[in-house]
Amino acid sequence: MFKKILIANRGEVAMRIIYACRELGIKTVAVFSEADEDSLHVRFADEEMRIGPARSADSYLNVPAVITAAELTGADAIHPGYGFLSESAYLAEVCEACHIKFIGPTPQVIRLMGDKARARRVMRKAGVPILPGSDGPVEGEEKALKIAKDIGYPVIVKATAGGGGRGMRVVRAPGELSQAVKTAQREAEAAFGVGDVYLEKYVESPRHVEFQILGDHHGGMIHLGERECSIQRRHQKLLEESPSPALSEKMRRKMGSIVIDAAKAVQYTNAGTFEFLMDPDGRFYFMEVNTRLQVEHPVTEMVTGVDIVKEQIRIAAGERLYLKQSEVTFTGHSLECRVNAEDPETFVPSPGLIRVFSVPGGPGVRLETYAHSECTISPYYDSMIAKIITHGRDRPEAIARMKRTLEMTVIEGIKTTIPLHLRILADPDFIAGKVSTAFMDRFLARPSGSRLAEAV
Amino acid sequence: MDLDQLKQILDLVREHDLSDFELEGEGLRLKIRKSGGVAAEVPPAPAAAGAAPVASPPQASPAPAPVSAALAVTGPVDSVPQDVELAIVKSPIVGTFYRSSEPEAPSFVEVGAMVKKGQVLCIIEAMKLMNEIDSEYDGEVVDVYVENGQPVQYGERLFAIRTT
Repeated sequence: MFKKILIANRGEVAMRIIYACRELGIKTVAVFSEADEDSLHVRFADEEMRIGPARSADSYLNVPAVITAAELTGADAIHPGYGFLSESAYLAEVCEACHIKFIGPTPQVIRLMGDKARARRVMRKAGVPILPGSDGPVEGEEKALKIAKDIGYPVIVKATAGGGGRGMRVVRAPGELSQAVKTAQREAEAAFGVGDVYLEKYVESPRHVEFQILGDHHGGMIHLGERECSIQRRHQKLLEESPSPALSEKMRRKMGSIVIDAAKAVQYTNAGTFEFLMDPDGRFYFMEVNTRLQVEHPVTEMVTGVDIVKEQIRIAAGERLYLKQSEVTFTGHSLECRVNAEDPETFVPSPGLIRVFSVPGGPGVRLETYAHSECTISPYYDSMIAKIITHGRDRPEAIARMKRTLEMTVIEGIKTTIPLHLRILADPDFIAGKVSTAFMDRFLARPSGSRLAEAV
Repeated sequence: MDLDQLKQILDLVREHDLSDFELEGEGLRLKIRKSGGVAAEVPPAPAAAGAAPVASPPQASPAPAPVSAALAVTGPVDSVPQDVELAIVKSPIVGTFYRSSEPEAPSFVEVGAMVKKGQVLCIIEAMKLMNEIDSEYDGEVVDVYVENGQPVQYGERLFAIRTT
């Protein structure tokens, strides 16, 4: 087992890693930027090294600085957390070269999954359902119609050179296809200089459902169920839960075994998350694999009782998984709210000095944070200051617990997104489990009159 | 304690015509005695100023990182120069501090040496790369804060140069 782990991260996840290390009797090294001099993870780590100025590129993303700090402190492993260098095949390789264990998958797997096009091809070969598409520009009306028929309507026409929503057209019936392709081609030519378009299945109001896996270096591989992360604003998750209200036990078993087979096919090791879009008919389409710990991992931990960070460390140290798939149990329901230092209506960042920070306890409540009374939230890093997680016997209890916990949370000095979370929790669609990635757009687009009514 | 604070204390001693002044705090003891000759002692602290402990590698001895304004003042207090331009050279990277280019070679600079802008003061080694740290000032090296072979953090004080 490792003697000393360097945490190549900051804030709330650095604290999370310290919890696991302390429980395992492993010493910790915190690396920090000038802006994080007084940060909680620095205070609680056994050793610390200031590695750069506030700017992430020169500190938390600075591979030579991180490795140098590891060598100077004699750390035998590095946990990269999430974000920053957690999916850097380069860091993983440098670690290998310096005989420091990188707590995560191999550089080859990280690189493979980081190449989205390659990952799709490999996953398709491994039997994972992927979003069907024309796999190249469409040539001619007849070919387009055939491909669209194979894919199944609705389809979306997209510019190959494009992005940002331009040169895109949703087509719901064969009669509209020709016109849509011609228009999209014209738009693409005008906007991007290249008139090529391709077809892809259009998933109406999809759910974002992801599966957590753990693989050891002895062939052991298990999944820990799924998380529903559909409540997103601009592709940033706000609220996550496990299990997904839309999955049956049968669907979980089926997708779980598909994911395990795919992970084994690429010789995946350590923790990973397979992300899918799920359409209203319960069909799954592969999006990508995140080769790291995820922010929302606590909801899986609450439902399965597995400490994912400790398992990451154990796996990296060469130990076998302590659970077989048949021993993985799912109990109750868990929710997580990401508390951001932002205005709950305008989402303008709200850094500054937190004068009061108080989160209640009680059964089924878990707090993950680096914030405390009298701490300063700096403007240099992402705005998430805390995660509040609840667990209940069932979804209604988990929701009730989250509601009363947020209502009794006091954070003064900065603005937070807690009022927004409370409004989401009171939403009838959310309560009914009727969520999709379109939820937040609908929610935020509602006239303020009805939002006031909800707040009351 | 930084240079400004030390200057403030010296001003107060002078202003109130004190003959003896002693200050003791975390990792710092300051004694100012005025009796025809004044000695202002600022002994090296066992750890760098700040609340958190500095990482120390197993093989090296603890770094005597003196308080930042290590200004050896001798003579009557009155003759302390009012405007001392002291530039503190801080490490721009995390790494290992070396006084010379090779183990047997003489140090790039010693205390008392006159340096020019652009002159190499030391080497900070990181991942087997030797980074030369150049002086940004013309002046005289009045202090060296880190011992040869010591690890240094980003922003750690290395040298004090009295600029000319």
